[in-house]
Amino acid sequence: MLSSLMGWVDARFPATKLWKEHLSEYYTPKNFNFWYYFGSLALLILVLQIVTGIFLTMNYKPDTALAFASVEYIMRDVEWGWLIRYLHSTGASAFFVVIYLHMFRGLMYGSYKQPRELVWIFGMLVYLALMAEAFMGYLLPWGQMSYWGAQVIISLFGALPIIGEGLSLWIRGDYVIADATLNRFFAFHVIAVPLVLIGLVVAHIIALHEVGSNNPDGVEIKKHKDEKGIPLDGIPFHPYYSVKDIVGVIVFMFIFSLVLFYAPEMGGWFLEKDNFVPADPLKTPEHIAPLWYFAPFYAILRAVPDKLMGVLTMGAAIVFLFLLPWLDRSPVKSIRYRGPYFRWALTLFVISFIGLAYLGTQGITDIKTILSRIFTVIYFAFFILMPFYSKLDKDKPVPERVTFK
Amino acid sequence: MRTLIFTIFSGLLLLTSSYATAASGGVHLDAVEIDLDDKASLQRGAKTFVNYCLSCHQASFMRYNRMAKDIGLTDEQVTKNLMFASDKIGDTMTVAMRADDAKKWFGVTPPDLSVISRAKGTDWLYTYLRTFYLDDTKKATGTNNLTFKDVGMPHVLWQQQGYLRNDDESHGLISATKGDKSNHEYNVMIRDLTNFLAYIGEPSKIQRLAIAKWVLLYLVLFFLVAYPMKKAFWRDIH
Repeated sequence: MLSSLMGWVDARFPATKLWKEHLSEYYTPKNFNFWYYFGSLALLILVLQIVTGIFLTMNYKPDTALAFASVEYIMRDVEWGWLIRYLHSTGASAFFVVIYLHMFRGLMYGSYKQPRELVWIFGMLVYLALMAEAFMGYLLPWGQMSYWGAQVIISLFGALPIIGEGLSLWIRGDYVIADATLNRFFAFHVIAVPLVLIGLVVAHIIALHEVGSNNPDGVEIKKHKDEKGIPLDGIPFHPYYSVKDIVGVIVFMFIFSLVLFYAPEMGGWFLEKDNFVPADPLKTPEHIAPLWYFAPFYAILRAVPDKLMGVLTMGAAIVFLFLLPWLDRSPVKSIRYRGPYFRWALTLFVISFIGLAYLGTQGITDIKTILSRIFTVIYFAFFILMPFYSKLDKDKPVPERVTFK
Repeated sequence: MRTLIFTIFSGLLLLTSSYATAASGGVHLDAVEIDLDDKASLQRGAKTFVNYCLSCHQASFMRYNRMAKDIGLTDEQVTKNLMFASDKIGDTMTVAMRADDAKKWFGVTPPDLSVISRAKGTDWLYTYLRTFYLDDTKKATGTNNLTFKDVGMPHVLWQQQGYLRNDDESHGLISATKGDKSNHEYNVMIRDLTNFLAYIGEPSKIQRLAIAKWVLLYLVLFFLVAYPMKKAFWRDIH
């Protein structure tokens, strides 16, 4: 009965084919480790953000006179509104935590390298869309940090020569951040960017499933197949990784719940104190800090004395990430078999990225500016010098097959 | 590899602890203990709030009946004893004073106190409400505040605390005139008020903390099912 129904569907829509290609016969390396949970977790959070976002829009009012109060209305008067809002606000930060770890995994195991360049490019585009999504979403509660954070970021466009002023005016839709800005950011946040995000995530996964997943050893499992054409070191994603990822999801949800239920502000890192003060265009807060996930780039911006150069440097910090597949000249993918140069470079890069994240949220002092500059130089050196150190590195021999204990 | 992971996580931990220090602005704050289960404290705080705060400040997101339920009072008790500014139990805590007038009288509109505890922090509120002192240069109010310099708000609770003055020798605040309450009694009063402000900052926190352990317990049980299932599936993978 059921199989004849599936036969009817399959004759009209490739349901079984899709199921096989992407799940039950998608052969995945069997040696995935801890770092391979973050892809599926990112997908989970995407769904979480969309679902909670839909419920939030039912009560949120994109109007400068009502926005702040409508968020508090959700927190108090809407049944379970506080939970939905905290899921969304904690989810936003969790999204970046997971995405940064996911990207770091890619860096460690060379997942951006041939033949996965497009997987990486699509992933980077997802990251860009996510940043736009987060930036516009942060204006919506219409608190002081929403307002002044947006003010700072939009004014950056004003630094561009000739078109700058007109461009920032065009983005705001007014001479200051105002109702028009809030309305359009709402539109972008709830429909335009999410559509782009979903499209890009689909492209990211299709590209991944075309070439197959990398693994902690960085060896291609498709090189060794059995007589049926199945990779010897591959196991079907479903059920093996579906049951494994469920365990990862539970552990993630446990940590996520600890934050959500016991510290939804995360000491000011997830919800800033100043954002509990309604936006006031006449009162600039003493200290305008971006949310932690933008902080590294903000620190780079401030590290450069000239505003325009700062904006361009900040842009370059993202552009270099896109170029990674072509900057890395090593034949070896995984850090397990890479030489000391790459290991050192990656360690310094991570330290400088976290250092910049910290500095980006802090007020400016001489020593902090110097540190930001040092970290900025390291950040760029990681990319610019990569063609050299990755080629000269004393890589170790890579095994033919994956290692698995 | 492990060193790298360790570096990252310890770096992140450092970050989590450092944000608060960046935001406090350098004034020493006395720590206050917040306990939303202490209903008696919340009730005393509510009384102080409606008597002394809720004539200039509003808490326009806080409903009387929600408050009644959460701090252990009946609607009737609230209507009789705590509702001076409104007549409907489902109303929010607003005041009749117009924002424009308030601005004329105090120089600024007294801020809405609904989420003030989340904007300023409870330690800040507890310290602020105890550090008013006499200052002749402040013509309008006669007082200044150590925690919030040149604040427009007068020392509303002067009858309870008495006035303090800045002592040039010890560089601290000492008593200038006696109040109705002892130092300890006043601290308790402000602690209760701060506790109440913490409550109205996030009424759902009571619900949030109550449900938390059940969510975590559920996840633990789920794990106890999911992990053996994973083990069972992976038994034949070598």
